[in-house]
Amino acid sequence: MSIEWIITMVINNWPLFLRGAGMTLLISIIGTIVGAIIGLLAGVIRTIPTPERKFKRVLLKIVNIILSVYIEFFRGTPMIVQAMVIFYGSAMAFGVDMDRTAAAIFIVSINTGAYMAEIVRGGVISIDKGQFESAQAIGMNHIQTMLHVVLPQVVRNILPATGNQFIINIKDTSVLNVIGVTELYFQTKTVAGISFKYFEPFFVACILYFVMTYSVTLILRYFERKLDGPENYSMIGQPAQVTLTNTKES
Amino acid sequence: MEKVIDIQHLSKSFGAREVLKDIDFSVNKGEVVSIIGSSGSGKSTLLRCINLLEKPSGGQIIYNGENILDDKHDIHAYRTKLGMVFQQFNLFNNHNVLSNCVVGQVKVLKRSKEEAEKIAMKYLKVVGMDQYVNANAKQLSGGQKQRVAIARALSMEPDVMLFDEPTSALDPEMVGEVLKVMKELAESGLTMLIVTHEMEFAKEVSDRVVFMDKGVIAEEGSPEQIFNNPTQDRTREFLKRTLK
Repeated sequence: MSIEWIITMVINNWPLFLRGAGMTLLISIIGTIVGAIIGLLAGVIRTIPTPERKFKRVLLKIVNIILSVYIEFFRGTPMIVQAMVIFYGSAMAFGVDMDRTAAAIFIVSINTGAYMAEIVRGGVISIDKGQFESAQAIGMNHIQTMLHVVLPQVVRNILPATGNQFIINIKDTSVLNVIGVTELYFQTKTVAGISFKYFEPFFVACILYFVMTYSVTLILRYFERKLDGPENYSMIGQPAQVTLTNTKES
Repeated sequence: MEKVIDIQHLSKSFGAREVLKDIDFSVNKGEVVSIIGSSGSGKSTLLRCINLLEKPSGGQIIYNGENILDDKHDIHAYRTKLGMVFQQFNLFNNHNVLSNCVVGQVKVLKRSKEEAEKIAMKYLKVVGMDQYVNANAKQLSGGQKQRVAIARALSMEPDVMLFDEPTSALDPEMVGEVLKVMKELAESGLTMLIVTHEMEFAKEVSDRVVFMDKGVIAEEGSPEQIFNNPTQDRTREFLKRTLK
């Protein structure tokens, strides 16, 4: 092993590495965003208070059971196995040959969705009951309360957990090489196969993975600070004169 | 006199525990009513039943001639007619002061943003918080938060204001500023229903005082009657304990 060799290898194979890293980022970005949306919807549905009407109550119960099955199943099985089952299963059952990239995005999305549903549910539960009550007290319904009061706070609170999930996705996308997705791990394996050297290509892959995950960390920190708003506020104009007749402080 | 809210045979149980027992009670237009009583007497529960934050177990709540406990009644529209002020302020943490007073008007009452902001500013001036429109809830003191919470409720232009121990979570030095605002509102002719532990305040601003004990209204009458000549033993005992 020599530094020169690594540099030559990178120069000769950089399109492979770059395309691999690009594919990894594409799958994990779309997977995290779609997963977060699935998680938000599932988390919100799972925190709807029990309705008064019997029909709605039964309906909600059924939806909740379906969501529970989804969440528990995808949290409880390895993604590498899900990838095999979904990719080859869909070919066997429906005769469709899924596009490998599309299959990869699908698998990462529903996986992330299952984890995010629990993260969102935890986020909603952690919001002070008073926030819900004061929203209801000014006449907001459940959807309005969620959209305008609760979810903005939940999103802020779950941002660190979402970043965590994003980083896990960047790394775990590597298991999708089993269905032949040309992400970074797959491409590194190709380079290793051509050169019959293993340490060096994977060392480069290692650095590329870290650069991607650490960039995500920095970007999310920036967003967190942005969402927290300014530390100080500015005062507007002169204080109003509150005129009182026969004030007696009690 | 015109009854705004008329409660008949209202009861509320949490499991086996009966918190409100067969309450008959009404609030007239323009009236300021204080509800006093020891902790656990059911006074906060009564207030929370009125705007349905707690679902009553039985009885009727008549608002403008309609029983709002009917299944078909739109409780969201009804709640916009009642302004609620909580002990713990409960300002929306994701909105600044102005936005706290605007969001309900725009999203629930469907007012335009400009109109809503104008109305919000009007009431923020009333409570003396118009300077702080850009501040977030966490940047305000307790008294300031409560004044914004009052402005938020007023911005919906409700028929009745409900106050649930609005000064109980405040440092003693901040109680005055909130009571001052409430007193001014009372004098402006607003219909108010106040659950409070501030006896002096209740005596001063109320048209009527209701004393609750163990889930029932034990005695009600003018402030003079309740505070100076209570007819019930338990009212006398309560006042002796709290007034000292």
